[in-house]
Amino acid sequence: MSFLSNVLTGVSLGSIYAIIALGYTMVYGIAKMLNFAHGDIIMVGAFMCFFATGKYGLPPLVSVLLAMVVCTTLGIVIEGLAYRPLREAPSLAVLITAIGVSYLLQNGAQLLWGADTKTFTPIVSGALSLAGGRLNISYISLLAMACCLVVMVCLTLFTSRTRMGKAMRACSEDKGAAQLMGINVNSTISMTFAIGSALAAIAGVLMCSAYPVLSPTTGSLPGIRAFTAAVFGGIGSIPGAFLGGILLGIIETFAKAYISTDLSDAVVFAVLIIVLLVKPAGLLGRYVPEKV
Amino acid sequence: MKKKLSKTSINGFINYGIVTAAFLILQLMIAQGMLSNTLKSLLVPVCCYIVMAISLNLTVGILGELSLGHAGFMSLGAFSGIVTAMALPEAAPGLRLVAAVLVGSIAGALGGVLVGVPVLRLQGDYLAIVTLAFGEIIRNIIVVLYVGLDEKGLHITTNSAGPTLGEGGVMVIKGPMGAVGVPKLASFAAGFLLVLITLFVVQNLVASRAGRAIMALRDNRIAAESVGIHVTKYKLMAFVISAALAGAAGALFGLNYSSTVSSKFGFNTSILILVFVVLGGLGSIRGSIISAALLYILPEMLRGFEIITKARMLIYAIILIAVMLTINNPALKNLLGERDLSLSGLLGRLKSGGKIKEKGGAGQ
Repeated sequence: MSFLSNVLTGVSLGSIYAIIALGYTMVYGIAKMLNFAHGDIIMVGAFMCFFATGKYGLPPLVSVLLAMVVCTTLGIVIEGLAYRPLREAPSLAVLITAIGVSYLLQNGAQLLWGADTKTFTPIVSGALSLAGGRLNISYISLLAMACCLVVMVCLTLFTSRTRMGKAMRACSEDKGAAQLMGINVNSTISMTFAIGSALAAIAGVLMCSAYPVLSPTTGSLPGIRAFTAAVFGGIGSIPGAFLGGILLGIIETFAKAYISTDLSDAVVFAVLIIVLLVKPAGLLGRYVPEKV
Repeated sequence: MKKKLSKTSINGFINYGIVTAAFLILQLMIAQGMLSNTLKSLLVPVCCYIVMAISLNLTVGILGELSLGHAGFMSLGAFSGIVTAMALPEAAPGLRLVAAVLVGSIAGALGGVLVGVPVLRLQGDYLAIVTLAFGEIIRNIIVVLYVGLDEKGLHITTNSAGPTLGEGGVMVIKGPMGAVGVPKLASFAAGFLLVLITLFVVQNLVASRAGRAIMALRDNRIAAESVGIHVTKYKLMAFVISAALAGAAGALFGLNYSSTVSSKFGFNTSILILVFVVLGGLGSIRGSIISAALLYILPEMLRGFEIITKARMLIYAIILIAVMLTINNPALKNLLGERDLSLSGLLGRLKSGGKIKEKGGAGQ
């Protein structure tokens, strides 16, 4: 039973990573930048939900929607102010700017809301008892898995069926050519950031409901792990981010359960390195050979 | 015929001159009692960070590969250096320090080989991720490590009870508490010497045949490979030298405090050093020295003002974003006719009396 419950914990943790990783991978696919501020948007989303439910007593669903709206706006504003002027700049400049934005969000949150750790009230509580009480699954884990599936299906449909999705795929393949075909590259990229940030808000609420602590630095480590998940599955690929997230969650949970709690990060990153050595483009990534 | 000094070696001598002058002026100020204790306590870390910035510049600016785990090598150097210094309690302080720094740099180099051999086959962002992962693994492993010393030698265990030590044994690294009871052997003079050695190593490497091969790889890997440059060999050379220097800096850094925890060398430290390098100018050693010194001291100086103290890091973040946006602003670049607006580029302009230098380049 403990094996099965570990698998379930792993999958639900992995679902949260997958939702964050989807945001990372979409932004990377289209803007070719590592958005290090993504993890901090998770934190902002969680804080929004925390205040909406805790301070103003709004129902959970409304506060999640509010968090999504705030994060979406934040994502678009950050993209417009900090990343858009650097579209032609070397990638290292964009990376440093993203790190600057990450510091800005973390320290802004610290000034506004204090550096102390807050206790987050889960949006759903309780657990489902199976097999005569030997296997407990919390509703939040179920919700995380359901959310992840829904998000994954919606995103796949969105990118394959809609005009905007097609525009996104075109931009990620070749921005210049996409522009020549009449696609507005800037608004497409804004849209990608908007979707990614909305997903980050959902992930933030789910994560803080599952592990109910909240501080200005809450987002940074899950951000790095989700990023690892995106690379693991093949960055730029939506199914890859999903697979990478779930696998990472399972590996982390198993490492915690069977190896050592302190070493779980080391195990996760070691697996990442091994996977990248065998498949340099990640599990589902496309390997593009260099042409001379 | 008299041999004329090349521009690179003149530039190198200027760098030695700047560092020596700064050292002498600071020594004079210490002798006169003009430096506050806060500033004095910053001198050794500044030297360490200058070495870190120069060595990371070797990887990022000269080899052209992004590394996000440079602090990992610093960590290796710091903890191996501390263990070495504690293992030689009888030796003279100077000797202990030299031994610690040497062992630290060897540990850093070994780490560099370990990461470099498999990883340098990856490119671009993937390499960045693996170096990030490596830095985190090192940090994580040191958290669970318990190292003790007694007359039988070194005892290492991951058991939280710690190793059983013989008579007179001391614990060096206590898991999450890090290294404790470290002798403070580091001095400003040692830091200055380390900076000089780093400059000597990096500048001579860059000016050598190997250095030209490394830069050729950065500029165009395929072209470099086709004229017979061994890609892995030269990449590994630059990467390992960079890691060894970081290890040496780490050893000095570790011996500057009575206790050190591995979380000091996390992802944020790696990023901090990367920021020094990028703002100083990629590939510019002088830029790295100046920006590391200025940017390390600046946040500490901001502590002095009451209002700023709370928003210190916020201001730092805003300045960082603003600087990145300004130096990459195409309109501003056209206006100044400069391609490089980083610190080294601006210094170059100052030196040429603000004249716009015509840089060769197609399509300008």
